[in-house]
Amino acid sequence: MTHISHPSPSGAGRPRLVVIGNGMAGIRAVEDLLDRAPGLYDITVFGAEPRVNYNRIMLSPLLSGEKSFTDIVLNDADWYTANGITLHAGDPVVSIDRLGRKVLAQSGTEVPYDRLLIATGSGPVIIPVPGHDLPGVVTFRDVDDVDKMLAAAGGGGSAVVIGGGLLGLEAAVGLQSQGMDVTVLHLADHVMERQLDASAGHLLAEELERRGVRVITGADTAEIAGDDHVRAVRLKDGTEIPASLVVMAVGIRPNTTLAAEAGIDVERGIVVDDFMTTSDPAVLAVGECVQHRGQCYGLVQPLFEMAKVVGARLAGLETDGYAGSVTSTKLKVTGVDVFSAGDFSGGPGTEDIVFRDAGRGVYKRLVLEDGRVKGAVLYGDTADGAWYFQLLKAGEDVSDRRDTLLFGQAFAAAGGAGTANPTDAVAALPDDAEICGCNGVCKGTITKAIAEHGLTTLEEVKARTKASASCGSCAGLMEGLLAHALGDGYEASEVKALCTCTDHDHDSIRRLIKAKTLKSIPAVMQALEWKTPDGCASCRPALNFYLLAAWPGEYVDHAASRFVNERLHANIQKDGTYSVVPRMWGGLTNPRELRAIADVADKYDIPTLKVTGGQRIDLLGVKKEDLPGVWAALNAAGMVSGHAYGKSLRTVKTCVGSEWCRFGTQASMSIGMSLERMTWGSWTPHKFKMAVSGCPRNCAEATIKDFGVVATDGGFDLYVGGNGGMKVRACDLLCKVTTEDEVHEYVGAFMQLYREEARYLERTAPWIERVGLDFVRSRMVDDAGNRAALHARFLDSQSHSQSDPWAERATPCGQHANDFKTLASVE
Amino acid sequence: MDQIITWTDIGPLTDIPRQGARTVEHPAGRIAVFRTIDDQVFALRDACPHKQGPLSEGIVHGQAVTCPLHNWVIDLVSGQATGPDEGCTGTIPARLEDGRVVLGLVPWREGAAHG
Repeated sequence: MTHISHPSPSGAGRPRLVVIGNGMAGIRAVEDLLDRAPGLYDITVFGAEPRVNYNRIMLSPLLSGEKSFTDIVLNDADWYTANGITLHAGDPVVSIDRLGRKVLAQSGTEVPYDRLLIATGSGPVIIPVPGHDLPGVVTFRDVDDVDKMLAAAGGGGSAVVIGGGLLGLEAAVGLQSQGMDVTVLHLADHVMERQLDASAGHLLAEELERRGVRVITGADTAEIAGDDHVRAVRLKDGTEIPASLVVMAVGIRPNTTLAAEAGIDVERGIVVDDFMTTSDPAVLAVGECVQHRGQCYGLVQPLFEMAKVVGARLAGLETDGYAGSVTSTKLKVTGVDVFSAGDFSGGPGTEDIVFRDAGRGVYKRLVLEDGRVKGAVLYGDTADGAWYFQLLKAGEDVSDRRDTLLFGQAFAAAGGAGTANPTDAVAALPDDAEICGCNGVCKGTITKAIAEHGLTTLEEVKARTKASASCGSCAGLMEGLLAHALGDGYEASEVKALCTCTDHDHDSIRRLIKAKTLKSIPAVMQALEWKTPDGCASCRPALNFYLLAAWPGEYVDHAASRFVNERLHANIQKDGTYSVVPRMWGGLTNPRELRAIADVADKYDIPTLKVTGGQRIDLLGVKKEDLPGVWAALNAAGMVSGHAYGKSLRTVKTCVGSEWCRFGTQASMSIGMSLERMTWGSWTPHKFKMAVSGCPRNCAEATIKDFGVVATDGGFDLYVGGNGGMKVRACDLLCKVTTEDEVHEYVGAFMQLYREEARYLERTAPWIERVGLDFVRSRMVDDAGNRAALHARFLDSQSHSQSDPWAERATPCGQHANDFKTLASVE
Repeated sequence: MDQIITWTDIGPLTDIPRQGARTVEHPAGRIAVFRTIDDQVFALRDACPHKQGPLSEGIVHGQAVTCPLHNWVIDLVSGQATGPDEGCTGTIPARLEDGRVVLGLVPWREGAAHG
């Protein structure tokens, strides 16, 4: 316990002010009071921590070692003495006697008051999982916590930080820089979800991973394991992460117990009015412990705004009171620039302006409402954060410059303000402004090249300057420059963008996913500078497929970006029911399967059974909630999903072949079955159908399939690129082969080539018409090495995708637990 | 119009997949409750104004959902079809309270939802 005390210089005449809490809010209020009315009160401060007042915001630099305790002290012992303040540090107040107007401290010290200021701050939320009280579990709120963390870090080892909010991430980076192996567990889907939107959260997590901090989102802690000390953290999904130190940083809760026990009104925090007065007029409260107009704050800036009101109020001066704060946040991690302010969650009547610069790793999003800035999220370049925050607080109408707002304050100051046209905005950029981040090409270089060489097209500019020749993200800016230089003489090139969310076409997106090793939908959207926060129903399924195709076994399928059929593994019908088609390998079935189908149709009142064109049976009219039961029954009879709903391998149709037919030359049924066994479960750009005919009579109609096999006396004719449908196309003859092994290899190679080359939702017929049969032949007929490589890649990706989606959902649990249930029923 | 709104807790936000939806059974018809990428919640009658497709099964993007039957894009805020299509489905007030989804339900009148 530290006591700094003084004989009262002017005797007992002065009113006595007692401050409970020696933190940032309480002491700032005292400072404000002393500024305005020095010597007005006889001041006593109680602090629970045994030290002088310090800057709590600086705990993370203290942890990382960038600062020492003396660096973060705000007011040293001399300050208390000089201002005649009695400090009881390390002696928390245990009760308030409002009738007797005095406080009682732990040590037994009693101090009477005329005015009382409660500034007890907030405490960490401890999630009550088993093991939360084990030694080695700490919080991150004060210097003692930091000392414990530093002691633990001294031994190296692994730390787990529970909570990926502002505080948790700062703790994680601090511990990592102290040499610990750090994992952050975060319950929500992206880190700092209260301050950042999903895109910025994703970028931040990527940066942390680059620094060696592992981030697991959607992580629900089940237990902290250990006997006499923390040993590991176990998640609800069974994952166990070893840890010798666990930091709980899941949130804060106002410290209100003292006030509540004294009978002061408390809800989430201590309730105060605009003048920071509690339900007892003699008692004021300030800081994180209060609740003002329903809000509790956990950031420093509102605390200071409150403290100002408290200071004026105690000094007996006029004040407009506290009207609540609009807050902004910056993450205090060296080298990571993150800023957010206001409400960026969108909402009715709001619009988004999104800017992404993949080259510099920048993401900016402004949310406007009625032409006014309502919220901002900045990542990578936060220089204009203060400006947007000021626009936000001022409530200024910015509609006249909405298109150029994201260019920043410097641009606006340079006369860009009022320029509503982005082409003019590009024109207004200075000559040294970088247009192409990949190749470091400035605006001046491009305009000079256009003028000197009389360039008129984007391609010419690309060839001459290399700008936009890599990722192509700056193509839009370059078009703007060309349009400005050539005026009406310029016609923008026709690149068919995937959708209105992007300027990129399918092919460049595929290429860049590989070239830039982009491995998630948010990563693609950032790197390729998507113009919407989360895409649309056209681009999201396409990206999901391209990522699956590019990173088999690594990319995790994103259900929310799947069309309903592929998400629920059944075909939606016009009335909202579903159809279920179990696989019948090569179109063959048996009594056991047929009985199971009959039984399940009876049990679930399935109204229609239909034989499909692909030689199997469709159960139509199944209710969504019945799907798991139907699947379980079909699974029990040995049947799996037929993927009749997917952009995937559908069926391999066969004729009876040499097994039965008097004309048959090859065993088409068994070849068909083995081809289906090899290819089922594969995702393709569009549906993919095959057929095997046992002789040239071609009863399986193999020449209008995506891949058709027609047996001949000497072997097999292989056909590709056919389909029925609206525009019938007969197959092209790809080549002739002699063995069944070759048939398998060609099928695998062709499916892989199609998967790697065709655009999403492009069937083999239009794909082959677009690229030409010669292209396909050159890649997989003439080039045996490449054929083998394609086939090997196909088999590799199959090893990751051949699991029955029905079996995974037949007993819904884990991630599918809610897929088939309604959320609630109401009267 | 004097309608009595009953704010009804239907469950935690985390039970709705992000960029997805869940349904709530109501005597007058199924309600689709959507969760956007930014954790906003919206509720619509679970029927597209076009052919009554279940909007709850659509892909959620921004503040819109694309109907799984014929790709109509419905604004989650207004229930209005966007783009060239015309039509509107009923909206139900929805809000978040301490991580729980709360719907403002009114005694259902036939046709009242088609506003």
